[in-house]
Amino acid sequence: MNAPDWLTIDGNEAAASVAYRLSEVCAIYPITPASPMGELADAWSAERRRNLWGTVPQIVEMQSEAGAAGAVHGALQAGSLATTFTASQGLLLMIPNMYKIAGELTPAVLHVAARSLACQALSIFGDHSDVMATRQTGFAMLCAGSVQEAQDLALIAHAATLRGRIPVLHFFDGFRTSHEVAKIQGLDDDCLRALIADADVRAHRARALSPEHPVLRGSSQNPDVYFQGRERVNAAYAAFPGIVQQLMDRFAASTGRQYRLFDYLGAADAERVIIIMGSGAEAVHETVEYLNGQGEKVGLLRVRLYRPFDADALLAALPATVRRVAVLDRTKEPGSDGEPLYKDVVTALAQQQMQDGAKFAHMPRVIGGRYGLSSKEFTPGMIKAVFDELDKATPKNHFTIGIQDDVTHTSLAWDADYRTNAHDGFVQALFYGLGSDGTVSANKNSIKIIGESTELHAQGYFVYDSKKSGAVTVSHLRFGPRPIRSTYLIGDNEAAFIACHQPVFLQRYDMLRKAAKGAVFLLNSPELPERVWDSLPRSMQQQMLDKQIRFYCIDAYRVAQEAQMGSRINTIMQTCFFVISDVLPSDQAIAAIKAAVEKTYGGKGRRIVDFNFRAIDAALAALHQVPLPDKVTSDFERPATVAPGASEFVQRFTAELIAGNGDAIPVSLMPDDGTFPLGTAAFEKRNLALEIPVWDAELCTQCGKCPLVCPHGVIRSKLVPQTLLKNAPAGFKSHKVLGKDYPQDHVMMYQVAPEDCTGCGLCVDICPIRDKSNASHKALNMAPIEPLREQEKANWAFFLTLPEYNRREVKTTTIKGSMLLEPLFEFSGACVGCGETPYIKLASQLFGDRMLVANATGCSSIYGGNLPTTPWTTNAQGRGPAWNNSLFEDNAEFGLGMRIAVDKQTEYARELVCDLKGWIGEALAADLRGAEQTDEASIAAQRARVQQLRELLPGIDDPRARELEAVAENLIRKSVWIIGGDGWAYDIGYGGVDHVLASGRNVNILVLDTEVYSNTGGQTSKATPRGAVAKFSAGGKPTAKKDLAMLAMGYENVYVAHVAYAAKDMQTLRTFLDAEAHDGPSLIIAYSPCIAHGVDLSFNHRQQDLAVKSGHWPLFRYEPARAAAGKNPLHLDSAAPSIAYKDFISTETRFNMLWRSHPDVAEEFLARSQQDVNKRYHHYKQLADLPWEEEHGDEKPTKER
Amino acid sequence: MVDLTTDYLGLRLTNPLVPSASPLTRDFDTARRLEDAGAPALVMYSLFEESIEASEAAAARFFHEQAIGYGEADSFLPIPDGYLSELEDYLEQLTNLKQSLHIPIIASLNGISASGWVQYGKQVQEAGADALELNVYYVAANIDESAAEVESRYIELLYELKQHVSIPIAMKLTSQFSSVGHFVKSLEAAGANGVALFNRFYQPDINLETREVVPSLTLSSSYETLLRVHWTAVLFGQVNLSLAVTGGIHTVDDVLKALMAGADVTHLCSVLLKQGPEYLANLLSGLDAWLDEHDYASVRQLKGSVSRKHAIDPSAYERANYVKVMDSHRSSSGVWR
Repeated sequence: MNAPDWLTIDGNEAAASVAYRLSEVCAIYPITPASPMGELADAWSAERRRNLWGTVPQIVEMQSEAGAAGAVHGALQAGSLATTFTASQGLLLMIPNMYKIAGELTPAVLHVAARSLACQALSIFGDHSDVMATRQTGFAMLCAGSVQEAQDLALIAHAATLRGRIPVLHFFDGFRTSHEVAKIQGLDDDCLRALIADADVRAHRARALSPEHPVLRGSSQNPDVYFQGRERVNAAYAAFPGIVQQLMDRFAASTGRQYRLFDYLGAADAERVIIIMGSGAEAVHETVEYLNGQGEKVGLLRVRLYRPFDADALLAALPATVRRVAVLDRTKEPGSDGEPLYKDVVTALAQQQMQDGAKFAHMPRVIGGRYGLSSKEFTPGMIKAVFDELDKATPKNHFTIGIQDDVTHTSLAWDADYRTNAHDGFVQALFYGLGSDGTVSANKNSIKIIGESTELHAQGYFVYDSKKSGAVTVSHLRFGPRPIRSTYLIGDNEAAFIACHQPVFLQRYDMLRKAAKGAVFLLNSPELPERVWDSLPRSMQQQMLDKQIRFYCIDAYRVAQEAQMGSRINTIMQTCFFVISDVLPSDQAIAAIKAAVEKTYGGKGRRIVDFNFRAIDAALAALHQVPLPDKVTSDFERPATVAPGASEFVQRFTAELIAGNGDAIPVSLMPDDGTFPLGTAAFEKRNLALEIPVWDAELCTQCGKCPLVCPHGVIRSKLVPQTLLKNAPAGFKSHKVLGKDYPQDHVMMYQVAPEDCTGCGLCVDICPIRDKSNASHKALNMAPIEPLREQEKANWAFFLTLPEYNRREVKTTTIKGSMLLEPLFEFSGACVGCGETPYIKLASQLFGDRMLVANATGCSSIYGGNLPTTPWTTNAQGRGPAWNNSLFEDNAEFGLGMRIAVDKQTEYARELVCDLKGWIGEALAADLRGAEQTDEASIAAQRARVQQLRELLPGIDDPRARELEAVAENLIRKSVWIIGGDGWAYDIGYGGVDHVLASGRNVNILVLDTEVYSNTGGQTSKATPRGAVAKFSAGGKPTAKKDLAMLAMGYENVYVAHVAYAAKDMQTLRTFLDAEAHDGPSLIIAYSPCIAHGVDLSFNHRQQDLAVKSGHWPLFRYEPARAAAGKNPLHLDSAAPSIAYKDFISTETRFNMLWRSHPDVAEEFLARSQQDVNKRYHHYKQLADLPWEEEHGDEKPTKER
Repeated sequence: MVDLTTDYLGLRLTNPLVPSASPLTRDFDTARRLEDAGAPALVMYSLFEESIEASEAAAARFFHEQAIGYGEADSFLPIPDGYLSELEDYLEQLTNLKQSLHIPIIASLNGISASGWVQYGKQVQEAGADALELNVYYVAANIDESAAEVESRYIELLYELKQHVSIPIAMKLTSQFSSVGHFVKSLEAAGANGVALFNRFYQPDINLETREVVPSLTLSSSYETLLRVHWTAVLFGQVNLSLAVTGGIHTVDDVLKALMAGADVTHLCSVLLKQGPEYLANLLSGLDAWLDEHDYASVRQLKGSVSRKHAIDPSAYERANYVKVMDSHRSSSGVWR
């Protein structure tokens, strides 16, 4: 059992380990949940790991999945062994090339971590929607259902494609398999060699395009022969299932693991059978064994090779006794009379029944159902319900299982408490942690320890929420003596061990719902052991008594601090788990934890290792078992999930999602078209900050910089008449407005939302005002939240009741003034100190009440639109940004479509106004049509006119009045914003960006440039600077950052700017105002520090400043309007580089780690980057200094001639 | 031919011009150029305790932030295989220098705390350092701490280190001790093999615009040699450990004065940073020429010849000298007093 070939890895690594060794070329592109496969391949290549033939594969990152597929196609045609990894929409982008690759009978394997498609919403989780959309391409489809299979079938896929020349799509379930950590038996190179025939590889090479033996492929065929050509491949498809089975048999001979095209499990005389593929089959396997053990006669038919579909093999695998079949599909085909696998099975059975000598006495009754979309839980209770349904006289067809469909009533009911005996003798453990506390990595490490040092089987699955700051993680770990097929979460009353790594969760989650009777509850709490019981909510105390919980506590933060580990508690809590759970002897476990620490940190810092060791040793002494009293003593309950005052929708829907009860949301509560209300983030009080800013009203000069830089929109300014503060809570702060721009009877306030603040401290950092006599005291200072929370909550609540200052009166060209505009983007779950969100917030302040947003997929679409809540919100009039995320690749086009639609409707409205001017009145019609709408006042005036028009229209008896009612709002100027990151704008969406810029239409493109694919974990984009280490550039990116601005300036009618708000806030503000005012395309490229830079984001502003001063990020504006006025359109807003480039990059880990690993290379990159910077500055300077008027003057006569 | 050899920390050196801890030794080629120019030994750039800590903290944070607990990103930055911590980097450079150069290498540790030093000391010894210079840079900002307590920090640290490290140890001192001579004696008793007089401080400076306190460092000037010469002269003959003058050595005259006061070696830093490694050869030939012109057979002959013990007027090294200097100061005529 403990042979060296046992591995504890996840599904992605399992598949990639084979794919890498059997490839020469991997064309990759990041997409969740497949990104780790490409990352691993890249990392292995960087460390010069060799493939099966002893050479290091070439890994190339492409600009999109379409590009990756094209590169794979080319590599294959040129005779290489090529692969790629993808999922979801990425796979869809590969479809055109998949037809080509298959059409040319080219051996290739695509490894897919199958994922939902973006329909009514994007989802990163697993189902078969993506792969099912490719079943017509001609690719064979081989499905793995577990981590073990993800590895094994990867090999079979590569071997089969080489032998049979049909390309193979090898897929497994996203997250459930791709991210499950499991103990599996590895495949060494000999296993690979046993299946891969060199002759097949050489045959592939011999078919390559080569000028030495040239051929033509990819011809254009006509009606005469195309059809025949399509049919010419039939023999290859007919032979392929046999080839796969042969290889499966040979694989069994070398490894002992036997797979079949269709694997039947269960009673030989089963009457009811479930047919299914993917990880769900594992849960069915577990349930079938249990049911048959109980005397039932049921079976499972697991589909491994889905295409080419070998109906005979399927039928042969089914017992002749079968009467009822349920076919489960993990996909939905709206409008179809059944999902793909169901229809295939029905067809197979029907065809068979139509033949002589049918296998079944009667055609079995087949029902189809959907399950598990977007990683929805699929449990034994649900499987039992399906078998039960099969037993009914008229079982429901086209059913769903796992949800409550109270609209079209497709769903089957199931017993949530139903359990198999699969976990007898198992340890099932749950860990609630914060994303940043390292709980997940410690748990992965624990699984490895147990997997590698015991004979136990191990499984780990990790559930994340959608936030980046303060993300909650729940780790589900199982250990036991038998293979684990439970492809579902640990259920209610099941966990023998529950650890709460963050005391704040006591207030948020019902963690003990999952606790089994007699379970251990381990709590990290600052309370003393004798007081910790009283810190628990009442219902939790009751649960503990009812379930006879064994209660342990530790003040892990204290232990961590004393060991100089800061807030890093993971190894401390890990130690406690091992000591309490007894999975391993304590000494052995602790030694293993220490060995893991040594392995991780050993080379990187002795002291980190020592601190960890100290923390591990101290954990034991600080761990206490707390005896349970005999009764409940607590006088408080967990607070309501959302703040009072929330709408009914928020109460019934959003609150349930926040509380983790989303699985119970019935279909009827879901919007039918993916539409949700705005402003919901305000109801989710996350209380993340340990310190919050405190305003010194007397010292403050009211510059407005603090609300500008706040990434979460939690510090706000307001200006109101003094008289409105009559009922202010005691301790509410305000100060007479400074300066002459505003009425002198008004007072200014800078107020923080204490429960929404993340404590990043950037507002204090930017504050320029210091006490004249005490330089350490600013006008804004961080202070511990605890004595302030209640006061500031009251202050914030009062602040919200105060009216906003009239937008028409605000001097928007100043920071102070613009910050009086209400942000319509607030409390996002972006990373603490995010460098992107201040730009979005600024746009929402300036234009939010008339803004349409097209948002590319990425960080901004996730913190902007991931349920349960959205930071996009409305003003008191109910107006606000209307937001949508189409895809990653098409965002510019998506936004352009919005613009065109608005423009068209505006034009139509104006035509109707003209037509109806007899009724409306000449003057109003003329004003409506001629309104300039260049500033807040003129826009407000137009709003008033439109309102006047709306009041008139109902009285006009003309069908055109009805038409105008529907489109009149378009007479008010709308502002279209196309927002996304550099991965979109520089890479996958660049073609669209380019086209939209060229269109000349009035759109505003905001590129939040973090210089990497931030959302998927920091992969290289074309915005990544030379010398930066990023995923896919482990040795430092060798090429310079693409100059997107320069490319855009080439169009001459595009407003282009580089901004960095913390380096020059006025320039940023000016840019946003001018870009929006420009009647044509605008491109704002915004420097956005990101955690992927390896910088503590409390230095966000410093990094922006260094980027500008070093010349890495020159500030400039290219204004076509200036050219029209005879001036040079390019204006440099930052001075010549004033510090060495090295002074900038030495502060960021993404650059300076290369000095630690490859100093020579780093020096060379630095020298070249310094040249780049100098050269670019001079180039820009020359352009900005060009004598525009004369040139323009010279040109004119030429044109006239 | 003048015999330029000298003994320092028990090492026989070909001459007394030893490049001190500076960025020059960070670069391998520069180190080789120093050797070629005649450097008899090298004190490596300092391994700063704060810097090790900062880089380890950065590494820890970096590892920490690899996982933010977010489903779409298992990690952020790839960690290259060849990633070395600051300490390992230092040890690797030390090993490389030892392997490629023929002269002794003195490692330099700079810091304040006792923790870690023993380990670092052992590691540099294992990496092949011929001696260790310990630069205990402690700012006695706590006004409740007495001078004796401050001194005992140094002594205890040295004592502790001597238990574990067998290579010679030189203590690099600041001039801010109330009784430098007594303190040096105590260090000798605790096992110090030498002292280097004196450290130059980064002085905190105030940025008038931001009102932030920022560190500043200016390169030394010859004038600064005098303080070192003074104390070397006082110590020579009263203690038996090696004496090094560091800080302000720019010219052959500076070197001569330090040697006459009793230094075994003089450390060069600013002058080499300004003039380049090859300038060491100039100083060396200047020293040789001076000794030759003045009929000195060896550096040993010169060493301590104008120490307090051997000075024409020993009181010139004492307070009387101070009065004389003050007395000699006259304002320019026309200045109202």
